[in-house]
Amino acid sequence: MAHLRGSHRKGREPVTATSIPHAPGFFASETPRVVTQRFDYEDGYTFERAMATGAYEGFKTALTRTPSEVHDEVRAATVLGRGGAGFPAGVKWGFMPPTVWPRYLVVNGDESEPGTYKDRLLMERDPHQLIEGCLIAAYATGLSQCFLYVRGEMPLAHERIAQALNDAYADGLIGKNIQGTNFSLDIILHWGAGAYVVGEETALIESLEGKRGMPRLKPPYFPAAIGLYGQPTIVNNVETLSNLPWILTNGAAAYTAIGTESSPGTRVVAVSGHVKRPGVFEIVNGTTTFRDLLYGEDYCQGIRDDNELKAFVPGGGSAPWFTPEQLDVPFEGRECSAAGSMLGSGAIMVMDETTDIPTAALSLTRFYAHESCGKCVPCREGGTWLEKILTRVVQGRGTSRDLDLLLEVGATICPGDFPHASSSDLGLDATPFPYKMTTICFVGPSAFAPIHSALTLFRGEFEDRLIDDDAAGAIGVPVAISSNPTGEEAS
Amino acid sequence: MSNETASEGVMVTINGMEISVQPGDLVIDAAERAGAHIPRFCYHPRMSSVGVCRQCLVDIDTGRGPGLQPSCMVPVSEGMVVDTESEGVKRVQEGILELLLINHPLDCPVCDKGGECPLQDQTLTFGPVESRFIEEKRHYEKPIAISDLVYLDRERCVLCDRCTRFAREVAGDPLIHFMQRGNQTQVLTFPDDPFNSYFSGNTVQICPVGALTAKPYRFRARPWDLSEVESTCTTCSVGCRINVQSSRGELLRYQGVDIDSVNHGWLCDKGRFGFEAVNSDERLGTPFVRSDSNPDELVGTDWNTALEAAASALKAASGSSVGVIGGARLSNENAYAWSKFARTVLSTDNVDAQLGDGLCAEMVMSLPRATIDDAATADHVLLLAPDLKEELPVLYLRLRGASQGSTKLIELAPAPTGLTRYTSAAHGYRPGEMGQALDELLGGATGDAMRSGRTVVVIGRPSLADSPGEVEAAVGVAQRLLPEATFLPALRRGNVLGALDMGLAPGVLPGRIANDGSSQAWIDTHWGSIPTERGMDTIAMLEAAASGRLHTLLLIGADPLADVPDRDLVERAFAGVAKIVAVDTFATASVKRADVVLPTTAFAESGGTTTNLEGRISTLGRMVTGPGTVRDDWTIAAELAWRLDADLGLESLPGIWAEIEAVAPSHARCSPSMLSADSEGVLVPLPVVAVPEPDEIADDDADTSEADTSEAEVDEEQAEGAAAVVEAPSVPASVSWSAPALVDPPAVDGYALRLVARRRLYDAAVHTSQASSLAALADDSTLRVHPAELGSLGVESGSRINVTTARATIVLQVTADESVPRGVASMGFNQPGISAAELIDHREPVTEIRIETR
Repeated sequence: MAHLRGSHRKGREPVTATSIPHAPGFFASETPRVVTQRFDYEDGYTFERAMATGAYEGFKTALTRTPSEVHDEVRAATVLGRGGAGFPAGVKWGFMPPTVWPRYLVVNGDESEPGTYKDRLLMERDPHQLIEGCLIAAYATGLSQCFLYVRGEMPLAHERIAQALNDAYADGLIGKNIQGTNFSLDIILHWGAGAYVVGEETALIESLEGKRGMPRLKPPYFPAAIGLYGQPTIVNNVETLSNLPWILTNGAAAYTAIGTESSPGTRVVAVSGHVKRPGVFEIVNGTTTFRDLLYGEDYCQGIRDDNELKAFVPGGGSAPWFTPEQLDVPFEGRECSAAGSMLGSGAIMVMDETTDIPTAALSLTRFYAHESCGKCVPCREGGTWLEKILTRVVQGRGTSRDLDLLLEVGATICPGDFPHASSSDLGLDATPFPYKMTTICFVGPSAFAPIHSALTLFRGEFEDRLIDDDAAGAIGVPVAISSNPTGEEAS
Repeated sequence: MSNETASEGVMVTINGMEISVQPGDLVIDAAERAGAHIPRFCYHPRMSSVGVCRQCLVDIDTGRGPGLQPSCMVPVSEGMVVDTESEGVKRVQEGILELLLINHPLDCPVCDKGGECPLQDQTLTFGPVESRFIEEKRHYEKPIAISDLVYLDRERCVLCDRCTRFAREVAGDPLIHFMQRGNQTQVLTFPDDPFNSYFSGNTVQICPVGALTAKPYRFRARPWDLSEVESTCTTCSVGCRINVQSSRGELLRYQGVDIDSVNHGWLCDKGRFGFEAVNSDERLGTPFVRSDSNPDELVGTDWNTALEAAASALKAASGSSVGVIGGARLSNENAYAWSKFARTVLSTDNVDAQLGDGLCAEMVMSLPRATIDDAATADHVLLLAPDLKEELPVLYLRLRGASQGSTKLIELAPAPTGLTRYTSAAHGYRPGEMGQALDELLGGATGDAMRSGRTVVVIGRPSLADSPGEVEAAVGVAQRLLPEATFLPALRRGNVLGALDMGLAPGVLPGRIANDGSSQAWIDTHWGSIPTERGMDTIAMLEAAASGRLHTLLLIGADPLADVPDRDLVERAFAGVAKIVAVDTFATASVKRADVVLPTTAFAESGGTTTNLEGRISTLGRMVTGPGTVRDDWTIAAELAWRLDADLGLESLPGIWAEIEAVAPSHARCSPSMLSADSEGVLVPLPVVAVPEPDEIADDDADTSEADTSEAEVDEEQAEGAAAVVEAPSVPASVSWSAPALVDPPAVDGYALRLVARRRLYDAAVHTSQASSLAALADDSTLRVHPAELGSLGVESGSRINVTTARATIVLQVTADESVPRGVASMGFNQPGISAAELIDHREPVTEIRIETR
């Protein structure tokens, strides 16, 4: 299979859905279904089932129109990017310089934000919908090569996409002169090697090029101008592309009829943590509130054991935390920003009253410190330092200075007020998170984000763990000794 | 030119001061010029910016409000407001430095870098007062050797990507990389694949902490104990500018100096660590004469005895029976002294600085000369040269760098070189057929492309197993088919071009003028009467010696046994002469055969000037005193002259330079103040505009070295300028040269392989063998042959075989090497073991060898 790259599982037993028992599944609801319709079938991932349920109809519709008409349709639908930044896909496509070829489409299937697992289901249970989305995007933007980058820890998704690609190639849906037109596309499946930072689009491009997965320096700010192999490149999220077949089949007007004007369509979210029914849900964008999601009968059905909700993370591990006060905030980018956080990758992590907040923060910080690529100093050194200080506090070996130290080290990574979730003063619609940072990418700030939220909201829980200097000395914790204890100016 | 661009400058405000800067400048450089030093670790002006250390973050406002941005990544733009000292910037600078230091071992008291460490310095200037880090630091084994020359201490490393970027971007030897991830990221080599780069020492110099240290310097000195003088490396003829550093009278380190025109701050390891040879215990410290009682023994003696012996050996020879070989390793002043000594005292024109391994002096001098910058900015560079990576490493770096831009390298070589993989087209030829191959190449589309743009031709001896006539004929082809091209001579020895300029070649007088009678009036006024009959070059002198026609050979820093590409000829010559007088720094194979040995000063033990392959003259620094009673060459020449009843009239190095300025037309007006004004040196001949006043020199210098005045104009204007001087003889014209015609290539012997013998960087010569850290890096002699040739001969790779030529049969190890073309066998010229000179007969146009199993 010429289009398969990085298949390091060659020769192993095939992976099945049942061989990954820990992952919560999908729960259907009464809301409009845009991207999860085929989830109703156990064999929805097969070519036969997909073709029997209207797969590639949107693409065939697209082929009857000109590429710019298709682009206009997608632009009119205002498909917000589902990877985290929420940038409209149709606008992003337009950033490509009009006369430069070759150009590439890269599908970001490296979903690895803590708490996020909705793309995994979209790839495992409906690979043909994703492939169709790639075809539509490629057709609209006039490119003929697409790279599908799938996270290394998702073998089932990899196998099903590979099979789907083979079937689609065999059927003439991918390849040269598709359906007798002069449109050709090759889709190359690439298996990641397991680095969180590769979810950042420029790091993903570096990884695709065979280099270390490290983010590129900005500018250029968007790979649309200079991306893969130095060529114009669109990087789109799996869910974003999965929306396209429905839009082409049913029209942009039908799409924008769902949700709100600023956030049309539906959104697939992944809920984990202390709810009665964690899982993946397709919800209406813009109007559904967190209360609907966490307590609605269609969705999570309330907090486990009917406990009190303590806090929840609304948009992936790096998003600032919400408390029950923000339960009525809807799934709408600007409203969520105004409330002090972001929708990010659509991962909601729920903590009930039994949650030990310092430990929860440590768990997230440890992840980001571990996933630092090591390229820039604040993230490489600062993230691990934060983890070490917090570990000490959680283990009951921290002193009163440590909480301020956490905030000050964090301020080196993200100077200025924190967080910068509300960006209307910059005239920006989307939420660049956070915009003041000393690092190259968001991984460093992400290591600090949970600490900042936890310390701001629940400082008392940290203080309860602190010990005084004498006690610290007694258990052998080094106590910082000032080189200038009297504070006098040296003469 | 500079005025024009200045008017197009962009206005930016840096720390409240409005200044005009060049468009495209990075903020970090613009700020430096505005007097605001921004701390940095990863930024290096000779490499691409990566922005990973985050130390250079400053507030940059391009109209959307100030924001922290890496100043090494952001080019200036009109109206930009930069604040390098805001509270926010200071806070971040402190914060980043604190983060850099938390895992740094702070072992400054035992660190080589302590005292000259950017981390140390910037911490003092910009850093926090104390650390708040009480956790256990990151630990690694310290240090680990990543090559024979460089040690890596990963605990000190701040992962700035300078060394790894240098290896990848500048040297093209990507042998060190980041490994692991996140907090465990470290610089490492791949297992069993050490950092064996000819340029590894540069990483030590650019390391902003003490993570990389060089074996020859480790724990030898503290920076504040070092004395320093700027000089020019004379290991090869590229002429890299260096700082020579010593402590307590011993050379300890050379550091590259960044000059635009030549080395950009880089050095090769042979040059960088070559000071070990100067410090060698094997240096000659006293004169020797051959023992009366035991002719196999040289006995130490005093200078009086030795000089008397040398003088009598020279006195016994007449002008035509004395030969002077060498001088390419000396300063211009010393070379001039020997040149004058030979002509005026010994009355001979038998002088040659080259050892039959170079190019015709008249050809080199008469071709329009290119500079290194010319080559690095040309549209095409045609390589008719030896392996530049092995012989002129920093020229290789410059051309490799140019190939990454818009310059196309086109190579014509009998076997691949270090530059081959950077060429846009690499053509092979069978040894002996260079001229024909070039004629064919330039006659076609490649030639058209080269003729339509600016082309520089690098010329040298692609193989020492072929006759130099082959190269001369090829140069003639290049001249005919590329009439606009300029030429860069790839001659190897440190000051070989300077020695030729000083007249250390038969038929050539100081200043690139011919000793053919046309310049008699001119030279008479300076030197008095000298013989005008053209003398012999080194090969002819050795032939004459072998047939008993030479009485005395004077070797000045020359080792013909090692360097002349015909060992048998040298053996016969040494047997045929009555006396050999050697002036040298080491007891080389040839020196051991001398009757009188006069020890002389080495690099950094004397001052003066040197000339690189461009004709760029720069100053040499004197840093240490030589061993024992060594003397400068020019004092030896002067003393010998005195003992031969003559007076050279040379009294000091500045005095000699003043005489060179007067005598050598190509060096006219190149004053000591010009030479000392600028590290860049001075390109001669100077274009004639107006004689600069001393106080204008600093301003004019940049213009003069870059001005593109054609040779013809220079000569004309020189002639005019000289005509204004009353009653002086007119300045003689420069030497001329006409190319020999192409000769039919020698018939191919189907049973033989043609030998390609090229020098390697690390060889058996004293620069390598006497430098303790480098000696082990020289590969043993081995013959490289294409595996298919070996297969057809039934010879196994790695076996020892008989190699036979008309000259000799020698035993060599043979190695299969797919990069060697069929029909050719390649070997290092002078590697430890057996020299290729054993196989070569200088009279043959090519060297055919036969291989037999033993």
